[in-house]
Amino acid sequence: MRFCIRRRVLYYDVLPLEKNHHPMTNPTTTDSNSGEFLVTTRRTFHLAAIYVLGALISLALAIPTVIYLLVPPKGRKQSAFIDAGDISQLTPGQPVELSFQQERLDGWRLETEKKTAWVVKGADNKVVAFGPQCTHLGCAYHWEAGMNLFVCPCHGSDFALDGKVLAGPAPRPLDRYATKIENNRLQIGELKQSAPQA
Amino acid sequence: MRKKIDDLIEEIDRRTGLHTGLRKFLYEEIPASSGWHQVFGSVALFMIMIQFFTGILLAFNYAPTPGDAYSSVRYIVTEVTAGRLMRGLHHWGASMIIVIVVLHMVQVFLWGAYKKPRESTWIVGVILLLLTLAYGLTGYLLPWDNRAYWGTVVTTQIGATVPVMGPYVSRLLASTGDIGVVTFARFYGLHVLLLPPLTMLLIGFHVFLVRRHGVAPVPGDEAKAKKSFFPEQVFKDTVAVFIAFIILFVMAVAVRVPLERMADPTDTSYIPRPEWYFLFLFQTLKVFEGPLEVVGTVVLPTLAILALILTPFIDHSRIVRLRQRTLAFGIVVLAALGWGGLTLAAVKSTPPQTAASQIDFSGPTQWMQLSPAEMAGVAYYRQENCATCHNVVGDTPKTGPNLVNTARRHDADWMMTHFKAPGTVTPGSAMTPVNLTDAQLKDLLALMVKLTPDNAEVVDSAPAFATAGALIFQKNNCGTCHSVNGVGGKIGPVLNGLDNRRSEAWVIEHFQNPQKMSPKTPMPPYKFPDPDMQNEVSYLMTLPDKAPSQ
Repeated sequence: MRFCIRRRVLYYDVLPLEKNHHPMTNPTTTDSNSGEFLVTTRRTFHLAAIYVLGALISLALAIPTVIYLLVPPKGRKQSAFIDAGDISQLTPGQPVELSFQQERLDGWRLETEKKTAWVVKGADNKVVAFGPQCTHLGCAYHWEAGMNLFVCPCHGSDFALDGKVLAGPAPRPLDRYATKIENNRLQIGELKQSAPQA
Repeated sequence: MRKKIDDLIEEIDRRTGLHTGLRKFLYEEIPASSGWHQVFGSVALFMIMIQFFTGILLAFNYAPTPGDAYSSVRYIVTEVTAGRLMRGLHHWGASMIIVIVVLHMVQVFLWGAYKKPRESTWIVGVILLLLTLAYGLTGYLLPWDNRAYWGTVVTTQIGATVPVMGPYVSRLLASTGDIGVVTFARFYGLHVLLLPPLTMLLIGFHVFLVRRHGVAPVPGDEAKAKKSFFPEQVFKDTVAVFIAFIILFVMAVAVRVPLERMADPTDTSYIPRPEWYFLFLFQTLKVFEGPLEVVGTVVLPTLAILALILTPFIDHSRIVRLRQRTLAFGIVVLAALGWGGLTLAAVKSTPPQTAASQIDFSGPTQWMQLSPAEMAGVAYYRQENCATCHNVVGDTPKTGPNLVNTARRHDADWMMTHFKAPGTVTPGSAMTPVNLTDAQLKDLLALMVKLTPDNAEVVDSAPAFATAGALIFQKNNCGTCHSVNGVGGKIGPVLNGLDNRRSEAWVIEHFQNPQKMSPKTPMPPYKFPDPDMQNEVSYLMTLPDKAPSQ
């Protein structure tokens, strides 16, 4: 019973009563035989119920809201690799710009985007697919057959056939796509950022 | 510490008056007779807050243009976590507000609380009721599915029949011709930009008036000491709010809000139905035909609204005890009976919805991509109770292996032999032979080969009419001439998109008498008995508009 009285005082501090209702000005409220006491326990019960029910409703709304806003949507499954075409005709050491259609999920929309890759067949017949943007500031570079270099027109970065930076401000070699080959067809996956060049 | 907090509150209060204001609000004196019957106003206020809150959350993932609107609602309920719950709260919340606002009005009416000097409080309340209905009407279009579209077609056409004003109402709602992008923009603008601030203003005014005149007393109250609004009445209001919230939350979790197919203005077979709280109006309309139609669409509703607004002036006697208000009780009972009767009549006269309009697009729809053979396979899978021993989705422990992987490891011959005599290819197999003909087993095999972890739920989600329809399709070798979902012959027309070209009645007629409907067709007549005919037609009419790209 003491506990109840203490609780009442606590709530009282949050929402003070009118002066003439002030329980502390009436010491008989602590007398458990008086009618005043019943009034204060009723009041305590009412206050407790208001706060508890209010808190329950708030929680039942707040938790789903946080989940709704912060948990990423499930999304539809997308295939990891996209067919970029036949590579049996590629000449080793001769980069070719291949384009492919990539589906990208944008919220409720499934967008089809045209993407490109610079594809090089090495001497060992291994195929590498470079991302089409210069690693400096994202300009589109191209292959200069005469110079045997990838040249970026923006700030003069040059890249070798294996993607290494030969000149200019580019901080790291060309980025590479994950690739695999099925029945002589190149499958292009995720674009991975290359490590900075030492 | 406590002293410091008290001081801080004091200092803030001196500058803002927040604390004093709150105290004044909470310690408002109310008559001794106040109690549980007066909780509805608070519950209605709480419910409208829930609508604002969930409405804003939905808007975070919603695109307010036709087409995208549909896709984004579908995105909310199928992909966004807790999105279905949010839509459920908003949808069922709308229905609950109507119920609570009506209960609030009935209470005020029975107690005669609208009497002098509280007439204006009542009139503002009536306007708020109309706004609530306006929310329902405008929000109905926003998912942009068939139900939304065709429901709105009816509503706007009713608006157009209003004498003199009709054409202007149509122009205002941009519904003169077809319901289109502009109509949609108007409804969206009304629903989220005009109505909410208007509601807030009027609720503010309503509450202000309640405070200005005080809660209505009953005879005898003047002799008793007044009570304080806080905490006893606030406690009662909170309990009522809590009960309402639990009901709403349970409905939002347990009762699916369907999403039909995207709005199709060419779908003339669709039978539109208004929301349940408009059904009585809908039924009233049926009574008045031809030139009398305006009585049902305009005259009666206007009279009803006028009667509500004028209630305090018609009944301007002193406030009396509840027991003496027999006439008021009579009116409420009559109104409830009339409303209930009309609603019941409307429900009873509702023709059953077509199978196509019952497909829930907020659920899985991959079954729509199956070929007829695969779909028939689903029928056999269910008929032969394969799921008793095998899983395709989930991982409940079962006697047999998960079929999604099994079928991929073996070739067709192995599978066929295994169906017929499991022991010969899998020594010691506990499986009983599948008792089907070779043709039927081929369909089952087609399904087994098609199953992947992504689409395996089709064995549960494909509706019965579709599997039954596919069985008939296979049994009659329809696939020899017609293609469905990219599989089948090219002699007859492709059946995908049939529902865009023909009505159900036409297709049934065509089955029974092909030459009558399309002369020179080599198609033989098929006189399927019901329910086979209905299943077959439903199956064909719900095929995707285009064959899925492989």
